[in-house]
Amino acid sequence: MVRNSWNDRIIDMIIYTLLAVLSFTAIYPFWNTLVMSLNEGKDTAMGGLTFWPREFTISNYEVIFNDERFFRAMGISIARTVFGTFLSVLITALMAFALAKKELKGKRFYMIAGIITMYFQGGLIPTYLWLREIGLFNNFWVLIIPGILSIWNMIVFRTFFQGLPDELEESAKLDGCNYYGLFFRIVLPVSGPVFATLSLFTAVGLWNEWFNAGIFINNADLLPVQNYLMNMINSSSTAEMLSQMGNGVNVVTQTITPKSLQMTAVMVVTLPIIMVYPFLQKYFVKGVMIGSLKE
Amino acid sequence: MKEHITLKADIRKARTPRSGYGLRGIMRQWDLQSMVLPGFICLILFSYIPMYGVIIAFKEFDIFQGIGASPWVGFYHFNLFFESPELNMVMRNTIIISTLKLVLIFPAPIMLALLLNEIRHNGFKRFIQTATYLPHFISWVIVSGLVFSLLSVESGSLNYLLEKLGIIDKPINWLSMPEYFYSILLSASMWKEIGFSSIVYLAAIAGINPSLYEAAEIDGAGRIRKMFSVTLPCIAPVVIIFLILSIGNLLSAGFEDILTLTNNGKNGTLTNVAEVLDTYVYRVGLSEQRYSFATAVGLFKSIINIVLLVAANTIAKRVGGNSLW
Repeated sequence: MVRNSWNDRIIDMIIYTLLAVLSFTAIYPFWNTLVMSLNEGKDTAMGGLTFWPREFTISNYEVIFNDERFFRAMGISIARTVFGTFLSVLITALMAFALAKKELKGKRFYMIAGIITMYFQGGLIPTYLWLREIGLFNNFWVLIIPGILSIWNMIVFRTFFQGLPDELEESAKLDGCNYYGLFFRIVLPVSGPVFATLSLFTAVGLWNEWFNAGIFINNADLLPVQNYLMNMINSSSTAEMLSQMGNGVNVVTQTITPKSLQMTAVMVVTLPIIMVYPFLQKYFVKGVMIGSLKE
Repeated sequence: MKEHITLKADIRKARTPRSGYGLRGIMRQWDLQSMVLPGFICLILFSYIPMYGVIIAFKEFDIFQGIGASPWVGFYHFNLFFESPELNMVMRNTIIISTLKLVLIFPAPIMLALLLNEIRHNGFKRFIQTATYLPHFISWVIVSGLVFSLLSVESGSLNYLLEKLGIIDKPINWLSMPEYFYSILLSASMWKEIGFSSIVYLAAIAGINPSLYEAAEIDGAGRIRKMFSVTLPCIAPVVIIFLILSIGNLLSAGFEDILTLTNNGKNGTLTNVAEVLDTYVYRVGLSEQRYSFATAVGLFKSIINIVLLVAANTIAKRVGGNSLW
């Protein structure tokens, strides 16, 4: 073993230090934001707040949680994430299941039609004009429908379904099961991990999406929470920010600043992601692997 | 004898109602076909109809006449873009930002994977992975909030740190100064994606045959030598695939990152350095409602990207035998 040489120890030290610094920079912004959200706004504005609150308070959270518009936005985001994930995974998995069957007529045509869209897209303006034409402007469904089929996820599902042993379905076929029976009774129960992975990815994507919501919705009561946050972050003055928030905000005291409210909102919107993060981490390495097999 | 029987069974199976040609064949497997249908309808509605809509780049689109009845104008909008005073600025920013991303951000996850591979302590390795993957899962809206907070004049940690170290005397308003924008943009993009992008490279490294390392050790190779002579060449095919894809996206310099970091384009002092093709399409298309012009610019970008993708793929195939198709 050459591992114990001096040279080796120095290399180890450099690598460990570099990676420790990297993880610190990954975590610090979240931590600092949490500290600011729990500190009095006027005190935060004096600067120098880093690892620990100086004037601990939960009044920032009280203001956010008293804002009706925030609750509406949360509701919209939750509805969007739940319905969107369910519909998207269902449609994508059904299509993948059928495309994994050799006997499907037109399989090649469907596959090519799907793969082409991975390289060519209509682009922002034609998509915008078309979706507006079919009445999705200021419509809740615009938050769900346009991205409902993900060809990438479809291919991941398909690769997984193709890897299932044929014998699994043989007996069910002999019992006269049709393909829906096969899918829901035989395939679904053994495909837990791949469904979990892709559902989590879809859910995170829907929760984080803000651009479509921003261009298709100008009714503030229909905006998801990412856009609520964005309007808050982009307001330059307290007055402008309060006008972005709903009518429930009338408890603004001397100690609260736009900055402290922004940081609090950032924390509240990040929290659901941090809560599902352990599950994500459990599955996503696998998910990325199945996906890259396709290459 | 037995073989004969199974063969007969196979023939019978092939003639069961599931087979058949044309519409009748499709109707016979209605259940299977109906599973594809919702997805296929989505494909038509949200991908293919907008693709047809691209023809407004060659028309003078009038919202009241619709796509079909709007008059053809040929390459008028393309010429307008090539002669526009903004062309230089937009193209320059696009090329600078994507070149910087290719040179600085593309290799970063590869280096991270190489470093992580050197860590023998599993707990520490897992901790680093957990910490660096997290930013991938939050939206650019939140990232921009974190960036604005860290860089803020009165309470930002960066100004505080630099003041403590004596590097600056008074806080700097980083986001109001165009010369710092590329550093901010690149740091934020790298911060968000370095960890997650390293997963594929880590997986490629995990697939390397250990006997290669043993052979290198017998030849007297040290750790650094092994990293460059065994690990890197072994993951080269994966690196090349991702490099081809990056080159094919060269004119897509960024969108969500640039929009959020410029306050959705409201930060006017940054426009001169931050406006890239995609944000330009968004601004002239949706804010100024010059639909045909913006579509032409977008189409120009896609065509160049596809040409670059095909070129990069061809070169990679000729030189190293690795390619997307």
